[in-house]
Amino acid sequence: MTIDDTQRTAPPATPAATERPSRPSRPARPARRERDPNRVSNKVRLTIARQVMPERDADDRSHTFEEVNLGLTSDIAQVEASRCLECAKPHCSKGCPVGVDIPAFVNKVTLGDLEGAARILFDGNALPGVTGRVCPQETQCEGECPRGTTMKGVDGKPVGIGYLERYVADWASEHLDLLPQPAPASGRKVAIIGSGPAGLTAAGELVKYGHDVTVYEAFHEPGGVLLYGIPEFRLPKEIVRKEVDRLVRQGVKIENNAIIGRTYTLPELREQYDAVFVAVGAGLPVFMDVPGENLKGVYSANEYLTRVNLMGAWREDGETPVLHGHRVAVVGGGNVAMDSVRTARRLGAEEAVIVYRRSKLELPARAEEVHHAEQEGVRFELLTAPLEVIGNEQGWVTGLECRRMELGEPDASGRRRPVPVPGSEFVFECDTVIVAIGTKANPLLTSTAPDLDLNKWGYIITDENGESSMPGVFAGGDIVRGAATVILAMGDGKRISQSINAYLERTPAVAVG
Amino acid sequence: MNVIRDKTKLSPNVTRLVVDAPRIAQVRRPGQFVIVRRADGAERIPLTITDVDGEAGTITLVIQSVGKSTYDLVELEVGEGIQDIAGPLGKPTDLLEAGHAVCVGGGVGTAVIWPIAQALAKAGVRVTSVIGGRSREWVILENELQTTGNVVVCTDDGSYGRKGFVTQALADVLGNEQVDEVYAVGPVPMMRACAEVTRPLGVKTTVSLNSIMLDGTGMCGGCRVSIDGASQYACVDGPEFDGHAVDFASLSDRLTTYREFEQEALARRLACAPS
Repeated sequence: MTIDDTQRTAPPATPAATERPSRPSRPARPARRERDPNRVSNKVRLTIARQVMPERDADDRSHTFEEVNLGLTSDIAQVEASRCLECAKPHCSKGCPVGVDIPAFVNKVTLGDLEGAARILFDGNALPGVTGRVCPQETQCEGECPRGTTMKGVDGKPVGIGYLERYVADWASEHLDLLPQPAPASGRKVAIIGSGPAGLTAAGELVKYGHDVTVYEAFHEPGGVLLYGIPEFRLPKEIVRKEVDRLVRQGVKIENNAIIGRTYTLPELREQYDAVFVAVGAGLPVFMDVPGENLKGVYSANEYLTRVNLMGAWREDGETPVLHGHRVAVVGGGNVAMDSVRTARRLGAEEAVIVYRRSKLELPARAEEVHHAEQEGVRFELLTAPLEVIGNEQGWVTGLECRRMELGEPDASGRRRPVPVPGSEFVFECDTVIVAIGTKANPLLTSTAPDLDLNKWGYIITDENGESSMPGVFAGGDIVRGAATVILAMGDGKRISQSINAYLERTPAVAVG
Repeated sequence: MNVIRDKTKLSPNVTRLVVDAPRIAQVRRPGQFVIVRRADGAERIPLTITDVDGEAGTITLVIQSVGKSTYDLVELEVGEGIQDIAGPLGKPTDLLEAGHAVCVGGGVGTAVIWPIAQALAKAGVRVTSVIGGRSREWVILENELQTTGNVVVCTDDGSYGRKGFVTQALADVLGNEQVDEVYAVGPVPMMRACAEVTRPLGVKTTVSLNSIMLDGTGMCGGCRVSIDGASQYACVDGPEFDGHAVDFASLSDRLTTYREFEQEALARRLACAPS
């Protein structure tokens, strides 16, 4: 099926759009993109507005863990895809940390060839159902799309690449069993430590080369932060399980309940495998270091989200408890803070507040997350810093003492430094405080690997190929770069698995058994 | 799946399970623990590894039935399995190298003391154990501990051994003999009392803390305890700490965080499936 003007469901072009001169489309396009005889001209494409992601109603969803974004319908997806101008020199792929051939897969969607789209997508990205949901596309692929920068058309909004990625991934998971052709066994063994986004991506890449891949996971189920960190309403766990299952069916082995540094050590694994990829993340919570932090009702975001997400405390029949706070303060302004505060709303908090010491402009969370939180009734106490957690005689939290801040001169990060407003102290009455101000390196693995060079924050030092100071031991994701995003970790997993493959090609097999 | 090879009831609410866990049996050292998850959907709970058999590839867990999860665990029969066992976790015990150690165990804490006493005796340290229970039937592992040295048994009601608390017996040992270190494990008030007995005498006292945990790897921070005023994690920095530095009040407070939830869950379970 192709799209012509009559099939378009997009809103009509606004006068503003017609006034805007559109550049003539370039004649040369990469050969792999099919030339559609009925192709809609770019002039017309520029009049199509970005399609809106259907969402669950905000009032309803603040009480349920069902996914917020509902996904595009096939009609909307095709319209969205047809907004792509099919640039001769596309920038979107350059903005993708795992290098998905975005124009090619979007083109297939435009043509209605979803299987073709899925093949291209999965070829570049082992976890498209995940990234289609949680990537900050606005600063990556979509940030590079000329429809948001130089050729704005009707609305100046980039092609919804993330929406389309999710659409194709979900379609494929229902309609296809896309497994790459199994490669002949290489006879080489690779251990991957950690089954989060970096580890799973590397597993998918390395198994394609025919290597014998074993992933070690400390928890009872693989997925890492995708399972314990990101809530169900943003990334249904079923999606993660399906993507893991696909890797297992390709031959990836997973050993749960294996804590490297305790159950096994890194040097021990290094002896048993031809190469090791360390992708354990930055799992240690950072606390505020203010009085009262050990009161009952104070959680690290890690603990709060793990109880709810991995352990299923949100379910009626959940066996793992979590406190259902009525008035909840979440300290921090990143995506994890948004996940926590939106979770608190869903667990029944009448008042759920973000306490952040800078202004709205500096909130590190994705705009979409902030927007969703606002829609769901989350309140923002901006330019506010916590001073002390207040408790009662029974040891329960009763409030968070804060003070107001104002923005001063720019600091080392380039952001204006928040400075306290004298005499502005006040107590926010609450029964739960969730600390979401960041994470740091966990020394459990690294402290049992004396030959592994670390920087002063405990992160693993690697060379440009991702190799550490221990030959044959590679590292990537948050344990190298510090707390970052799912997709950057996946980018590392993909890039470094190529280094690992190259390393295996130039070294003799050492592993036994 | 970790198959249960043996099951023994040690006291009215304490059960010993011997479970397959070959890798853990191979690398575990005294003082370490595991986190077990009985089945899908079940809680993750920390349990001290009481003993291991490296050849058989088994570990021994001693479980006190206090809530739904522990009731469910001890209901498993020989041949059935525990879905997940992760470990060994925590730092191994910092064992006294020579001299005289007193190992104090209260209730199920005796099962935590047993591997420590065993390791100390094996290293040539003289061991005196002081163990207690409410009454005779609640005293556990007396015979095992006797293989490591002298054992003083106390019961609250005097039905067996001496009448009274383990702290009194500990004070007597300290009064009569040179003691180089005390290891005390049991309910929080007992550990606190032991630490108060030894504090004026300046005898090093190690306690093992059972704070609330999820992952056991330092990731959640839920097990944080205040040690000399600074937060430490029982799962990775402990579970054993200097008893003179522990803020026991905060610890016992934090242990009550989910009491209401736990009581409801247990009541529901007992109502549904009497056993």
